[in-house]
Amino acid sequence: MAKFRLPANSRIQPGRRHPTSVGVKNVKVFKVYRWSPDQGGNPRLDTYEIDRDSCGPMVLDALIKIKNEIDSTLTFRRSCREGVCGSCAMNIAGRNTLACTKPIDEIEGEIRVYPLPSLPVIKDLVPDMTHFYAQYASIKPWLQAKTPTSPNRERLQSREDRAELDGLYECILCACCTTGCPSWWWNSKRYLGPAVLLQAQRWLVDSRDEATGERLDDLEDSFKLYRCHTIMNCTEVCPKGLNPAQAIARIKGRLLARG
Amino acid sequence: MSFRTPLKQALGSGASHSGTSRWWAQRVSSVALVPLLIWFIIGMVHHGGADYTDARAWLGSPITAVLTILTLAVSFYHGALGMQVIVEDYVGHETVRLALVVLVKFAAVVLAVAGIFAVLLVALGG
Repeated sequence: MAKFRLPANSRIQPGRRHPTSVGVKNVKVFKVYRWSPDQGGNPRLDTYEIDRDSCGPMVLDALIKIKNEIDSTLTFRRSCREGVCGSCAMNIAGRNTLACTKPIDEIEGEIRVYPLPSLPVIKDLVPDMTHFYAQYASIKPWLQAKTPTSPNRERLQSREDRAELDGLYECILCACCTTGCPSWWWNSKRYLGPAVLLQAQRWLVDSRDEATGERLDDLEDSFKLYRCHTIMNCTEVCPKGLNPAQAIARIKGRLLARG
Repeated sequence: MSFRTPLKQALGSGASHSGTSRWWAQRVSSVALVPLLIWFIIGMVHHGGADYTDARAWLGSPITAVLTILTLAVSFYHGALGMQVIVEDYVGHETVRLALVVLVKFAAVVLAVAGIFAVLLVALGG
């Protein structure tokens, strides 16, 4: 049965409070999900008060400031700090997004920061992405062609064919869409989820790929593909502005056309 | 401790190579229901307050009877497809899921046949 409540050991409890020093005028309050496998117990929501005037503009800047200046035990993934790597995907103020491209000032009041929903938590804001990556690997996300090319030459593509990849190749696999999809929450074991299906579409439309039929065969399934009920959370949250829902609809259309 | 690789778990039993026709049938039946239900609602509004004889005469007329039978058939067909999706969404236990899907289909067939039979009784019978 789909679970609508968190299991007892995952329910969040109030946590510690880290106030700013006296005299700070521009205070921004962050409530951050904390859980450590070493300490065990239930996760808690720690409160950090940040001096907004000495903090960079993005939520990631605040998290780095917390880690540097207030509480070095806070754990999160980050790398490029410019929305290219997808490491800092998390749930900020109720929406999955990238901490590095989410401006603090866009959020009114206190800012709640949780790990991406529905994934097992490794520590604090770091979720276990193993299954997500395995689902990605399952669609064989590489060019498959039977026609050999000479080793000193590329596989050519017309400008028009290359343009087909626009809106698909930009996906950074941050998992904001997939972990925001209720259908994936209930059936992640079998449903591939929006990110992986968008990637599948990326290879279906690639003019150089010769495995289109096999790819479609491997997608046609009531669970792998058709668990998408066009809920549209994926398109709503994608921090790169992509449209996974449309990509999925195109796969369904292609299967329908194939008959 | 599981010694199965993540890919093994993601691949599962592989793709069933079906599902497109079921998905398409749901879309097509929903389109068919648009005119049928508009007609049905207008009919109900017009004949809702009619007495027994008038209501019987309306339902028994060939066009009404045919359209009502179509509405019943398509509604229960579409409803069964939708209920099956809901059951598959929310019921994780494989055996329970299978049993519920069968139950949903039986219920839809029984209710559709009962409804159609009632219309035929009025249209053809005395």
